[in-house]
Amino acid sequence: MINPHLPMVATIVERAQETPDIFTIKLDVNNIQRAGSEQRNDRLKRNTGVVTDENLIDDAITKKIPFSFSPGQFNMLYLYGVGEIPISIVSDPDDELVGHTIRVVGRVTKGMGHLKVGDQLGLRGPFGRGWPLKQAEKKDVVIVTGGLGCAPVVSVIHYIIRRKSDFGRLIILQGVKHSADLIWKSQYEQWALEPDVEVRVAASQSCTDSETKSWPWYSGHVTNMIKDFSYDPENTIAMMCGPEPMMIAAVNALTKEHVKEDSIFLSTERNMQCAVGHCGHCQFGSQFICKQGPVFSFPEIKKLFGKKGW
Amino acid sequence: MSEKIANKTTKNPVKKILNKSDFDELLTVLKDMQYELYGPQLKDDAIVYDLLSSQEQLPQNISDDQRPGQYSVSDTQTGRWFAWANAVQGIKPLVFVPVEKLWSATHDTEIGLSFNPVDVSEKPRAIIGVRNCDLAGLRLQDQHFLEQEYVDPYYQSRRQNLFLVAVNCTHPAATCFCHRTGDGPIANNGYDLVFDELEDVFVVSAGSDKGQDVIDLLPVIDSREHHLTQVSLQRQQVNKSQMSSIKPMTDIDIQKKLNFNFETDAWDDIAKRCLACGNCTSVCPTCFCYSERDVPATGEDKLDLSISTYIREWDSCFNQSHSYIHGIVIRPETKFRYRQWLSHKFSTWFDQYGRSGCVGCGRCVTWCPVGIDVIEVIGTVCEKRECSEEKEVNDD
Repeated sequence: MINPHLPMVATIVERAQETPDIFTIKLDVNNIQRAGSEQRNDRLKRNTGVVTDENLIDDAITKKIPFSFSPGQFNMLYLYGVGEIPISIVSDPDDELVGHTIRVVGRVTKGMGHLKVGDQLGLRGPFGRGWPLKQAEKKDVVIVTGGLGCAPVVSVIHYIIRRKSDFGRLIILQGVKHSADLIWKSQYEQWALEPDVEVRVAASQSCTDSETKSWPWYSGHVTNMIKDFSYDPENTIAMMCGPEPMMIAAVNALTKEHVKEDSIFLSTERNMQCAVGHCGHCQFGSQFICKQGPVFSFPEIKKLFGKKGW
Repeated sequence: MSEKIANKTTKNPVKKILNKSDFDELLTVLKDMQYELYGPQLKDDAIVYDLLSSQEQLPQNISDDQRPGQYSVSDTQTGRWFAWANAVQGIKPLVFVPVEKLWSATHDTEIGLSFNPVDVSEKPRAIIGVRNCDLAGLRLQDQHFLEQEYVDPYYQSRRQNLFLVAVNCTHPAATCFCHRTGDGPIANNGYDLVFDELEDVFVVSAGSDKGQDVIDLLPVIDSREHHLTQVSLQRQQVNKSQMSSIKPMTDIDIQKKLNFNFETDAWDDIAKRCLACGNCTSVCPTCFCYSERDVPATGEDKLDLSISTYIREWDSCFNQSHSYIHGIVIRPETKFRYRQWLSHKFSTWFDQYGRSGCVGCGRCVTWCPVGIDVIEVIGTVCEKRECSEEKEVNDD
């Protein structure tokens, strides 16, 4: 049996410093046997009752099947001698390399910040449930994010832009505290040039004069920009990520514009250690965020979301 | 998975009689089958499960007294070996162990990073004297670690090699409430052998084919009518003593009333007493939280940088670090942690596993240093809930 706790080795192929404390690494994971494949196949057999070709399953395990994930899922990254942390995937599922954007906040991320191209990490994943991309097909997609909460949605933005004909309008609303916090500024500018894509960026805290001059976008809360667009309730899906109060304000603003609650999806976070629904840290009411989440539709978590102490 | 582990019940278990003087035969048979034996014994004035080599070690003529925040044992000249309610710890540590190695990593400048799994094949273990509350706890842990999306290989390796000898409870403690959770005191399934203790003999029956194989090797005789009458009388008595005057709360009632989405000052009141020490979670047979961490190896006088070990150890939702996330503690106050524990155990556990996460063993009451009685807390919280519901109605 394959052990879902055992990491595989991933090699850093590219590294970019986004801001003094945010960096992106791109990992080569395709040369490694996939942990957990066997369990997944067992599950598939159990759930479908279909007796699959045993050879096929064996092939999938032994022959380096490509690392496949859906946007919104996360990996557990392990730094040798330090520890393991959950990090969402920012790359596109079709990319050769698996990308992670990391902010230096704790012991493990601080250590990871010192890694260079060619260095190795442990990796387990992908884990959790990602964005509802099937459900979003042919619909307008509104993306609301705050701060580095953008990481889980960057993957979905890339995904939609690359497959634009499968989707309707794409509205990207990004909020930051200070204008200097915005990473990938040129990326936003580039997205804004795509047909049928609207990009609005807001900085919530007042900027200095010189910053205001170079800040082409909105000053204020990102959630205030929601009302600037019109939405067809039958045809709109919203995906959001960021601090919980921001997401609650965004849900309120969207429902005011008649976007349906069950069309609003949120990426949530809690302490995660095992990523397989066993260690108990990410429990949120009756959900394990690592397993049933991290992406939830609003009605699934409405009862407790944003309430203190859950 | 579950089929492999579930102890197959033999159709018509014939009750046999094993003389107490022949009890060591059971230990010998199990040892010959390569089982490592564990059983209850008195250590540091408390009953605990530990390695067992002889019946002499069993807590003979010992009885326990458990009350909120209190535990003691005393000598009783009953001639009984199992005249106590339950051990300080259940059997959880023998399956989901308090600290264990998950894997190790090595780093070599030439080869790079590599991960080495630990060998999870454990020696089969037989546990003598298991209570039904602990069998129920094991069943809940099976659900959590074996029957969900991912299987825990460490738990599985120990679980599938367990041989369980249940002994029906005859002396429930004042803190016990297994009848309210539907988990006792009499064992119905989930064991390989079950014993009812009488004065000089044990009435024995098998709960699995493995158990039957063991009985076949024991110097047993067929039970007589009077044995069965005594067992039945004894069971009636223990059932009666467990049915306290307070009416049992049905599971659904508790779940609904404790519905987690409400604010009440009951949590503030309980937080004034609760020390957030985590004793309750460390003796609970169903608590499954664990934390993981990297342990660098130490050489003679310095760190050995070439190898690192990754371990897991029991955690508690009462610890501050339990809800830590990038610089924030989600549950900084004791009231939130108590609410998380209680609402999970008695309410959201239903959504996750179809029943409550409490088996009524009463250990959290006994081992709470300030003697908080969980049933009392549920009563208070539910009462406040009813008041607030009425208020909502009136406000409408």
